[in-house]
Amino acid sequence: MNAILRLDDVHTDIGQYRVLHGISLDVPEGGVHVLLGRNGAGKTTTLRTIMGLWRARKGAIVFRHHDITHIRTPDIARLGIAYVPENMGIFGGLTVEENMRLATATGKFDPARLKRVLALFPAMEKFWTRQAFALSGGQKQMLAISRAIIERRDLILIDEPTKGLAPAIIRAMIDAFREIATETTILLVEQNFLFARSLGSTVAVIDDGRIIHRGGMAELAADEALQTRLLSLSLAAHQ
Amino acid sequence: MTNLSTLLARFGGVNLLPVALALLAFVLIGQPSSWVTLTVAGLAMGMMIFLMASGLSLIFGLMDVLNFGHSAFVSFGAFVATSVLASLGSWVTGGSAALNALALLAAVGAATAFGAVGGWFFERVIVKPVYKDHLRQILITMGALIVAEQLILAVWGGAPVAVPRPAFLTGSIVVGDVAVETYRIFAFALGLAVYLVMHHALNRTRIGLLIRAGVENREMVEALGFRIDRLFVAVFMAGSALAAMGGAMWAGYQGLITPAIGPEMMILVFIVVIIGGLGSIQGSLLGAVLVGLLANYVAFLAPKLSLASNMLLMMAILLWRPYGLRPAIKG
Repeated sequence: MNAILRLDDVHTDIGQYRVLHGISLDVPEGGVHVLLGRNGAGKTTTLRTIMGLWRARKGAIVFRHHDITHIRTPDIARLGIAYVPENMGIFGGLTVEENMRLATATGKFDPARLKRVLALFPAMEKFWTRQAFALSGGQKQMLAISRAIIERRDLILIDEPTKGLAPAIIRAMIDAFREIATETTILLVEQNFLFARSLGSTVAVIDDGRIIHRGGMAELAADEALQTRLLSLSLAAHQ
Repeated sequence: MTNLSTLLARFGGVNLLPVALALLAFVLIGQPSSWVTLTVAGLAMGMMIFLMASGLSLIFGLMDVLNFGHSAFVSFGAFVATSVLASLGSWVTGGSAALNALALLAAVGAATAFGAVGGWFFERVIVKPVYKDHLRQILITMGALIVAEQLILAVWGGAPVAVPRPAFLTGSIVVGDVAVETYRIFAFALGLAVYLVMHHALNRTRIGLLIRAGVENREMVEALGFRIDRLFVAVFMAGSALAAMGGAMWAGYQGLITPAIGPEMMILVFIVVIIGGLGSIQGSLLGAVLVGLLANYVAFLAPKLSLASNMLLMMAILLWRPYGLRPAIKG
């Protein structure tokens, strides 16, 4: 399968701390691909390094045929990569409509696309003119994802979208991600294994700034011993 | 306290503060004609401070830059406008209102253009190398301010310079017992017009949307595909141009200027930015009107307190609202 994104021996430092110690990862085109790992393993740093928000000290990041290791964040975004950070990155002083308009290339919505996004997240239409700071946590996450897909993107990087959300909203999010993944590749960072399992086609496990496992999600889901070894968790504990 | 805040919000929130201040002053002053004169003077002063402060607030809110050199643009604006007015002597003093207005337009326009070009130079040469380093920002912008003051001294000298006032803005409008200086009405109208243009630009244009978003979360604006550094230059130029415009207007208000005109105003400008809330144009307007009104009322009622009054106002507001009256929303 062709890789839409390739990380080759990526090292990233934050200040004096060495966080990524040579991440190598291929993200296949299409579907949802999950990066799992405990807190502080380097998941968020990996996404931020791909996005150019932190710079790789060593190694290469290739998106399609573009070496994006050293290019600016806005240029990376314009190549077709969207980013939904862990804190959602919502502009609280702007309305829902303004948040989404900002993510369009021309400042104008494609009516068909907007209709599709609003069908995925009906709450956005309801709160269209409301300032985003007044939304609930779940609604803010929906806005962050709506903003990421309001234009056609080739790859979406999403950092822990289920954090702090109610189970009902997480179920709605799973349906939405399945729909989004029909046209866009998603690289999902998650700690919620059940959520990750229900969506992911491939999985990579990161620990201490290194990839320690990569393979199909189905294999990992079926192998509790492997889960316990890699993630110090078991499905039973989550069920 | 919650009930008081809810009640206040129901009747217009913090926007009512200038009205409350004016009503309190009306009771304390007791003479309606003096109150009207002081109120108009306060509003005019507030609008001129708003011109100087709004740019600084946006620069800090968007770029996180502590620009202590901002007052250099106020000084340059004052001196450039004065020189243009002096060179157009017959237009300024002649009986033709059209020529008076053209002279004023040329003076304010030249000051504003000088501020924009100077702002571009300042951002590229002085500020850009020290982004993300507040200590160096303070040191280098203070240094640049000293250099700018010396430049003004070298070009215009240290002696006070008289500012010619266009004939159509001299004198007062008298209604009954009340006399209001024409210049003050003009200053108020110009400040209001600038606020309305800024408000429209920030709320109805794409670049305004980007600035508002950038004030909240610069990183996310970049992650959406926008070059925030280009926005920085544009905002710095606009902020410096507004400071120069404010300086030009303040020069006409004072009538006599020295190279210290900018630094003298900076204390009030910083107070306005802090009490209004960083990065907020509405906050700057509100803060500027409060500062202008209070300065004039206190100067009339208790002249010995006039220097301290705005500091006391800032302390009171920060104790009540630590982030200012109308700060830009973050996240």
